[in-house]
Amino acid sequence: MSASAFVWLVLAGLYFLVPLVATFFFSIRSVQTNKCCSFAAYTAVVHNGDFWHTLRVSFVLALEVIVICLVLIVPTVYWVHLKVPKLRPVIGFLALIPFVVPPIVMVVGLLKVYRGAPSWFYDRPSGILAAAYVILAFPYMFFSLDAGFRAIDVHTLTEASQSLGASWPRTLVKVILPNIRAAALAGSFLALAIVMGEFTIANLAQFHTFPIFIQFVGESDPYQASAVTLVSFGITWLAMSSLLFIGRKRGGGATTQIAGAR
Amino acid sequence: MAYLELQGLHRNFGPVKALNGIEVQLGQGEFLSLLGPSGCGKTTALRLVAGFDRPDAGRIVVDGKDVTAVAPAKRDMGMVFQAYSLFPNMTAAQNVEFGLKIRGKSKADRRKRVGELLELVGLGHAADRFPHQLSGGMQQRVALARALAIEPRVLLLDEPLSALDAKVRVQLREEIRRIQLELGITTLYVTHDQEEALAISDHVAVMSGGVIEQMGTPAEMYTAPATPFVAEFIGTMNRLEATVLDGAAGHVDFAGSRLQVDAARGRRTGERVLILIRPEALELEASTNGAVGGENMLNGEVIAQTFLGPVTRLKVSGGLIADMSTARAAALPVGAHVNARVPAEGAKLLSLPDED
Repeated sequence: MSASAFVWLVLAGLYFLVPLVATFFFSIRSVQTNKCCSFAAYTAVVHNGDFWHTLRVSFVLALEVIVICLVLIVPTVYWVHLKVPKLRPVIGFLALIPFVVPPIVMVVGLLKVYRGAPSWFYDRPSGILAAAYVILAFPYMFFSLDAGFRAIDVHTLTEASQSLGASWPRTLVKVILPNIRAAALAGSFLALAIVMGEFTIANLAQFHTFPIFIQFVGESDPYQASAVTLVSFGITWLAMSSLLFIGRKRGGGATTQIAGAR
Repeated sequence: MAYLELQGLHRNFGPVKALNGIEVQLGQGEFLSLLGPSGCGKTTALRLVAGFDRPDAGRIVVDGKDVTAVAPAKRDMGMVFQAYSLFPNMTAAQNVEFGLKIRGKSKADRRKRVGELLELVGLGHAADRFPHQLSGGMQQRVALARALAIEPRVLLLDEPLSALDAKVRVQLREEIRRIQLELGITTLYVTHDQEEALAISDHVAVMSGGVIEQMGTPAEMYTAPATPFVAEFIGTMNRLEATVLDGAAGHVDFAGSRLQVDAARGRRTGERVLILIRPEALELEASTNGAVGGENMLNGEVIAQTFLGPVTRLKVSGGLIADMSTARAAALPVGAHVNARVPAEGAKLLSLPDED
């Protein structure tokens, strides 16, 4: 490694680590003395029922969003690559729209679109909130999968599979999916991160998700808020690592090109 | 009775006629190569047979049954592709096993068949390797084993050797032919390499502009091309545009020289013809002071020599090409004046449209 590369690595490391370390030192200050060191904030967090409840709500919501995104977007991107490649730029453009639509506009729009939906759809986060998060995750999932599909020869693999007698679903599940696994995982990580951190829409729709809990704690106890932030950071990384581990284990020994989001 | 029949196949892509009514009849166990330059329609024809595309008109019949509207997954046709097509997430053995699993074969049967086929293509030792651990030639062998595993009714090969280096191409094409003969499988092979097609086929169909120009055995295609295009495409050919002087005697005029060509007998006097002579049929001898040495001789000067091993190819002014043994060619260096003897018997003749 050259000296300049080492310097850049150290700078990048500091960029990520300094805020975390500072937050950690802040979180272990005592409420009474405002000095080091007390783990009371962490104890309070893990004994807070709302912490675990909201964490579970957000995590289940993230899994739901990931599943919906994969079920909707994988076959779509596959079909577009295979049959209508001219549509790729159109879908790419559509995928950019969630970046430019303000959350309040999205919530109002969703309420209009889903007018007439059953009441549970508005009562539970797995309804309207999941719908909103699928839209938010769409660009990340689309661009990840698009890169993954471009890294393989979709046409030849599909035709080879079909010539051997495989149906469309079998081709998708046994041949295509294992070869875009890395891209699907990358999209899933991003979707997970979005759901675990999204505040505005959940707040507007008045759901009690994990980011709402962090904000609530932050208003009442700054040390606990720091502790919650670090714990949630650790849990999110743990969840991502689990997904990565499961994905690699199921994929056998083949190496695949990592296709990240652009 | 023909086992594979392509009956009047048409396929248009917008204004482009990719296939314009091709007719093929192939007996069971025969090997046909579709040969032609890029864009001639050979791959389109193969894809229609595989079922990946549908013809605008015409029928595809296999063993007496019309399969034109049958989905590719139901056609029982093994295919080897030009691009490396092994499933990257599966080992060589799993790739070969894929089609057998779909057919519901027992695990013991699958294992036995996979072993046999990998041995057949000489890769019994590489069963557990993933595609990225195999060379290009090995990948195409596994692809061949995978296509054969399902015991297809017809084996389709779409330029399977085009991505390989020259030595591996020759080895693998011989293996493909050996395996095809051993299994007696009806095979349709697409290539743009005429040497490859002539070397391994029972029949060759030369295609151009969406039509089959000529179909025949490799020897027929080489010795008796039916059209100027085929003559040009199969091997190297001297093309002499001439005019018949005396149809009864078989005399023609080429660039002011009177030549005797047996194939010109019976032609109309004044008819424009194309005389086709293989380079190896053209005899060269040194001339003194550039003088024409006798009857049926064309005079010229050696302008280039290409060493091809035992044979050397000489280019002579006036557009003539002659192959001769390297030992004899040493006596005719670049710049030497030569006489080229046009063989009266060996030359072929094709009609040319009359000039307005």
